[in-house]
Amino acid sequence: MADASYPDGLLYHPEHDWARVEGDVATFGITWYAQDSLGEVVFFEPPEVGTQTKQGEPYAEVESVKAVSDVIAPLSGEIVEVNAGLGDKPEVINEDPYGEGWMVKVKLSDAGEADGLLDQAAYTATLS
Amino acid sequence: MSEALTTGASPLQREQAVTVFEKGAPGRRAFACPELDVPEADPAALLPAGLRRSEPARLPEISEPELVRHYVRLSKRNFDLDSGFYPLGSCTMKHNPRLHERVAALPGHARLHPLQDPDRAQGALELMWRLERSLSEIAGLPHVSLQPSAGSHGELAGVLLTRAYHEDRGETRHKVLTPDTAHGTNPATVTMAGYEVVKVGTNADGGVDIDDLRAKADEDVACLMLTNPNTLGIFDQNIEEIARIVHGVGATLYYDGANLNAVMGRSRPGDMGFDIVHFNLHKSFTQPHGGGGPGSGPIAVSDRMEPYLMKPVIRRVQGSNGHAPRFELDHDRPKSIGRLRGFQGNYGTFVRAYAYIRSLGAEGLQDASETAVLNANYLLARLRALVGAELPAAFGTLCMHEFVLSGAPMKKELGIRTLDLAKRLLDHGFHPPTVYFPLLVDEAMLIEPTETETKETLDAFAEAVAAIVAEAREDPAIARNAPYTTPVRRLDEAGAAKRPVIRQPL
Repeated sequence: MADASYPDGLLYHPEHDWARVEGDVATFGITWYAQDSLGEVVFFEPPEVGTQTKQGEPYAEVESVKAVSDVIAPLSGEIVEVNAGLGDKPEVINEDPYGEGWMVKVKLSDAGEADGLLDQAAYTATLS
Repeated sequence: MSEALTTGASPLQREQAVTVFEKGAPGRRAFACPELDVPEADPAALLPAGLRRSEPARLPEISEPELVRHYVRLSKRNFDLDSGFYPLGSCTMKHNPRLHERVAALPGHARLHPLQDPDRAQGALELMWRLERSLSEIAGLPHVSLQPSAGSHGELAGVLLTRAYHEDRGETRHKVLTPDTAHGTNPATVTMAGYEVVKVGTNADGGVDIDDLRAKADEDVACLMLTNPNTLGIFDQNIEEIARIVHGVGATLYYDGANLNAVMGRSRPGDMGFDIVHFNLHKSFTQPHGGGGPGSGPIAVSDRMEPYLMKPVIRRVQGSNGHAPRFELDHDRPKSIGRLRGFQGNYGTFVRAYAYIRSLGAEGLQDASETAVLNANYLLARLRALVGAELPAAFGTLCMHEFVLSGAPMKKELGIRTLDLAKRLLDHGFHPPTVYFPLLVDEAMLIEPTETETKETLDAFAEAVAAIVAEAREDPAIARNAPYTTPVRRLDEAGAAKRPVIRQPL
């Protein structure tokens, strides 16, 4: 499993989720800390394309060898794409949480919400 | 093989576990049948073609010594309570007195047929009726059903009773509240019964967050499911206020009896305001458990829930003209939710539970609970003295029958996780505690020693934990790669969840 990392340039939600905003679409996933706490992920329950996400509310579930956990949306919007690869290989959430392990792409409905998220320095400060 | 020998692997580690179907040879038998002394019947004349096999079933063909050794070897691959300390939190792995086995094995109990006419099973029905009365007294609630066969089954019964109760009053409710410390079976039961789960938060003392409960309790809430003491090992002192809030919106209050071992004979759920209680006979009342059953999860209910209780119920009918009382199965219960299973329940568990209650008596049950609480507090204090900062208690310094430690500082300071400590404990001859539960404590470890363990055992366990922590200060890799002495090392848990092998080709 990869070493701890929290890339610069992402926006972080305190519930250990990240968003990569590109224009009016953002990619969501869970942070290194989240996958490390969960342990080996064995199942990802994806939402359907077209579902609305609401900032701070769950939009998907991950099951690890320890427990089933909600995945919290860092931003609000409409899901336009789901990472289909996680169905067969949920372990990439552990192996590459910021790359192959991305979960959904969302067309954002409220650009202002991003101001409430944390940058890399602020998020990692919450972990110590 | 040679490599395994040089690395010091034990015979059980070297030997591949096989099923009984992979053993033996054609024609080998463990039992010689006597000569047939009745005319041989032709299966073709007795069974329709669709039900007959075209070729014999491929059953194992082995000798008796092979058979005995096979199962004894398998049993050695397990860690069991008869071999060592088993402080699995919330599971109450107390010693099972051998007297109970002797009583349960009496032919009148062990060989009783499930289809026996009630007239010919009066002793069994009386035992069940007397067990019901004892459980009623312990719960502080008047009516009992022994039907549910597991704690989760008792939960389902309780939630279905709640639904029947509200429907009978013309109400339709959609939500059931569970605290965020609840056993995982609570939200699972709620979902299975068709309700929506609403989680209630925990306050700084580890009890129910009363303000959060008030905010969420409304006329759409059917029930609050609670464990007291809860899974943090803390008795919620606000229970009367909680009951007032729940009853104030017309909901029922459900007691998950998983932690009853802390309070038997000391406080009663019925007196706290609970409407429905489930017992885990296999936890609080001694049964061999941990292998998946058989369990038993009777429920006790208040008067207002009684009309909906499962059927049949056992009735004691006074005898006339000097005859002894009779025990009957009453099926005439129009508002009952019906049956939850075939027959009357796992009878052997009733015999053991009744033997336990009668051999301890009311004072003995209270002693058992008080000693369980004392043992847990002693172990908590020993661990605090020997280990301290790396494994702090999650809430407070006192507990009921179990307590939660957090391995978060240990993970940060020493680089070993709760899972590593748990695995390393196996090398010290102890079963690990419950780990990563309750979910709200980071790197949680839930320890329940029970009343049947000696001070020496508790000391040895605390010293083993301290030794593992000290060892990790020097070399964390030892715990990270543990266990070393068990029949198998670390298991591929993710692989088992993702690619379970549930069929074996023969």
